[in-house]
Amino acid sequence: MRVGIVGYGVYVPRLRIRVEEIAKVWGHDARSYREGLGIEEKSVPSLDEDTATIAVEAARNAMRRAPEVKPSEVGALFVGSESHPYVVKPTAATVAEALGLTPSLTAADTEFACKAATTAVQACLGMVKAGYIKYGISIGADTAQGAPRDALEYTAAAGGAAYVVGAGEGVVAEVEATYSYTQDVPDFWRRDGASYPKHAGRFTGEPAYFEHVISCTRGLLEKTGTTPKDYDYVVFHQPNSKFPLKAAKELGFDEKKLQPGLLVNRLGNTYSGSSLIGLAAVLDVARPGERILLTSYGSGAGSDSFSIRVTEAIDSKRKLAPPVMYYLEKREYIDYSTYAKCRRLFKER
Amino acid sequence: MSVSGVPRHWRSLRERYRLLGTYCENCKTSFFPPRKICPKCRRKGRTREVEFSGRGRVFSYTVIHVGSKTFEEYTPYIIGLIELQEGPRVLSQIVDCKPEDVHIGMMVEACFRKLFEQEDGGIISYGFKFRPVDDSWAEYYDRLLADRAMVEKT
Repeated sequence: MRVGIVGYGVYVPRLRIRVEEIAKVWGHDARSYREGLGIEEKSVPSLDEDTATIAVEAARNAMRRAPEVKPSEVGALFVGSESHPYVVKPTAATVAEALGLTPSLTAADTEFACKAATTAVQACLGMVKAGYIKYGISIGADTAQGAPRDALEYTAAAGGAAYVVGAGEGVVAEVEATYSYTQDVPDFWRRDGASYPKHAGRFTGEPAYFEHVISCTRGLLEKTGTTPKDYDYVVFHQPNSKFPLKAAKELGFDEKKLQPGLLVNRLGNTYSGSSLIGLAAVLDVARPGERILLTSYGSGAGSDSFSIRVTEAIDSKRKLAPPVMYYLEKREYIDYSTYAKCRRLFKER
Repeated sequence: MSVSGVPRHWRSLRERYRLLGTYCENCKTSFFPPRKICPKCRRKGRTREVEFSGRGRVFSYTVIHVGSKTFEEYTPYIIGLIELQEGPRVLSQIVDCKPEDVHIGMMVEACFRKLFEQEDGGIISYGFKFRPVDDSWAEYYDRLLADRAMVEKT
């Protein structure tokens, strides 16, 4: 029995701010950020958009691509994010209600920096395989925080992706294997009550992102007895353009296999949505039989890797909802003051 | 809305999240907000819950330049009277649209947004708003596949 993705969908708010606009305010050299991070612009949520609204829009798109799934057949829904609107009150319950899936299902918010949703995909795969549920939904969505003036402000973006996990004929992408890699690493954190995360600067690279993304991917290759040559596409978590490019090179993946799912230059880092929106962009163009390797990364730190094989069902299902490219192109540029208003940077009292 | 508004928020939450209304099998009329009995047929009415498609057109609109305290950060914003495909008219904010671009007859679709937040860490109310219909996304697939064929050639 094939187990994997039966529907996928994304959502990206339409507002954008360019690197130059942010750099102008702080007196930074825009070119060094543009070239250093490999980023041109990032998405910004409107005043009335947050992780819950983004998750609902992405999940509705995912359900459009899974027309055979009846709401009553969805037994689990998880929302992975580091910007849940409430500290206590689950985003997942709001999303399940908005999709008409309630009350007979289990739901929870998951948290593991930027990999909270890939872990939830694993949970859904497990429950489907065990026969506990027929379908499960995992959503990664964020309105990412980055302190003003911090390097993170150039990349912290808003967006999300949703995946309906199930078995049988409707599977558009079979998950052949998954492997995870986790260690306690203090590279990036946000304490309770803090508005913005702190990060350990250069420390976020070698012992954090690269150690986990590369080791996890190697672990998956070893477990499945495959090599980079066996995959047509590779998608990594993308906090900037440089990190995934360097990881791909080190692992021996041709850069061409990374490009279709590498969107950070135009989207920014959507945290929990990052690698999963990248995967969606690959599913938008992939052909039946092609293989995709996906590795997420969450600070703190861990990675989840997936070996995915696209099935013939992709051709009829992908055209049922908007592709990632549509959301990247449907945009409206704002200046820094409008951005500051949307991100509620002004204190009124 | 204060904390005392929480019960009201909760009672109408499903219809706001999913645009749920009432359909009367007897007179074949749809209603929003939901009705316990059909206002036309009264005791002869046979009502059931219906989830609307979310598609409709702008029947009329106004642009708010001076909003109440809860909404003043959104100004100028559009309030539209939306006529749903199924018939009922719904009052809603129209988003992802500039005040100069809205017009009567414009096709709109429901989206899921934050409606307002109670002060001082109170509850967040979510629900439908409307945005202009944009079906142009279907054309992107032709472009994507053409791009792909180009890459494969080179």
